[in-house]
Amino acid sequence: MNRDSNGYTFLFAASMVLVVASTLAFTASSLKSLQEENVRKEKMQNILSTIGIQTDRDQAESIYKNHITGTLALDHLGNNDETVDAFQLKLNSEIKKPVKEQRFPLYKAVVDNVSYYIIPLRGSGLWDAIWGYIALKSDINTIKGAVFDHKAETAGLGAEITQKWFMDRFKDEKVFNSSGQLVGINVSKTNNDPKDIDKNDHEVDAISGATITGDGVTDMIIERLTHYLPYFEKEKTTIASLN
Amino acid sequence: MAEKTTTPSKKPTFLFINKESEPLFSKKNRVLLTDPLDDNNPITVQVLGICSALAITVQLKPAVVMSLSVVAVMGASNVIISLLRNLIPNRIRIIVQLVVVASMVILVDQILRAYAYDVSKQLSIFIGLIITNCIVMGRLEAFALGNGVWKSFLDGIGNAAGYGFILIVVAFFRELFGSGKLFGFQVIPDIIYDMGYENNGLMLLSPMALITVGVFIWIQRARNRKLIEKN
Repeated sequence: MNRDSNGYTFLFAASMVLVVASTLAFTASSLKSLQEENVRKEKMQNILSTIGIQTDRDQAESIYKNHITGTLALDHLGNNDETVDAFQLKLNSEIKKPVKEQRFPLYKAVVDNVSYYIIPLRGSGLWDAIWGYIALKSDINTIKGAVFDHKAETAGLGAEITQKWFMDRFKDEKVFNSSGQLVGINVSKTNNDPKDIDKNDHEVDAISGATITGDGVTDMIIERLTHYLPYFEKEKTTIASLN
Repeated sequence: MAEKTTTPSKKPTFLFINKESEPLFSKKNRVLLTDPLDDNNPITVQVLGICSALAITVQLKPAVVMSLSVVAVMGASNVIISLLRNLIPNRIRIIVQLVVVASMVILVDQILRAYAYDVSKQLSIFIGLIITNCIVMGRLEAFALGNGVWKSFLDGIGNAAGYGFILIVVAFFRELFGSGKLFGFQVIPDIIYDMGYENNGLMLLSPMALITVGVFIWIQRARNRKLIEKN
């Protein structure tokens, strides 16, 4: 057969595409469950790390079950929607809906009899999505810990938001100002406190060369937390009435 | 059709069992494997694949995984292209090579994501970028299209090993001097830090990979006189 004829070339290309497509589709679907399991456990690891528990992936599930006492899917008024499994909520699709239809996942954790509120975050960096989790202490103000991740930020610059030294800067910062207004945390380039000793300035030191990613983190924190305000109000009233 | 009488040298080759051919590890075949490690190293002699050599040599572990992935991709794609070499239409051969390499890379990526999730996160885009690694396409075009399956396999493995060898050497020095660790474990004792030693942060940045490769080329040429150009 003439290898240079058009017919042969088309035939070859078509069968090549068929073979390749079915091989890849088969591999992808047979490995899918393993990959999803990894992603699910990584999510547990991330949630746990905001409350100061570092664990490997194999143990994440059991430790998660020990410490996470409740997962809520809140609506925009702060009521729990029990028809929704909060852990399965995908923020990337949730965030595109109108606020009234969104459900806002919230994880409640207890470590050594101290309770924490963990809020998933999602926003935009320079190139693509950034996301993370932020844990508030029981005063619903002070940050216990934060963890960030990204899809495609610049390696060495924006991608540094996943580094421990950056995430550690958020610890003990306050998200409400002294008059009780939600201000979030500003990833600031004009910070006079590069070592983040002042924990009441609502600012952490930004990363040089990662301005847009840093602004993305700032926006993501305030934007997401705003939706939880009704719930926070209720929770504070409940705590006050208990005391 | 030209006369195609079976002369002894033109016996049909089935897979890599060539009836009257040389032993599997004949001297010629061994050279295919060892040549790219030194005399014809893809990085230090042919200066290919530099981009990824800079990017993923900050630590040893990703460098090792990247090397293994490239070995797998190059071995497999060389074999496939060599098997198909008498079937591939000449006009679309580059596309065919790309498709083969790309599917191998996707396979590796999927497997890493399922079985070595942390490493796959660390390597992220660089696994995908194996497709654009000039070494892979270069060997397909220059070798696998014209040679038997076994030889192509050795050539692919050899070149990938030559690439991986440099990657690992560079990563060794960058991790050792850049963070005082190897494979993530601290090897420079605390006492040396107490005496005023500090990790060289410059080693963590890409330019130092280039300089390390440069130093390697220097040493290699000082040892191996064959590599020195004669004007």
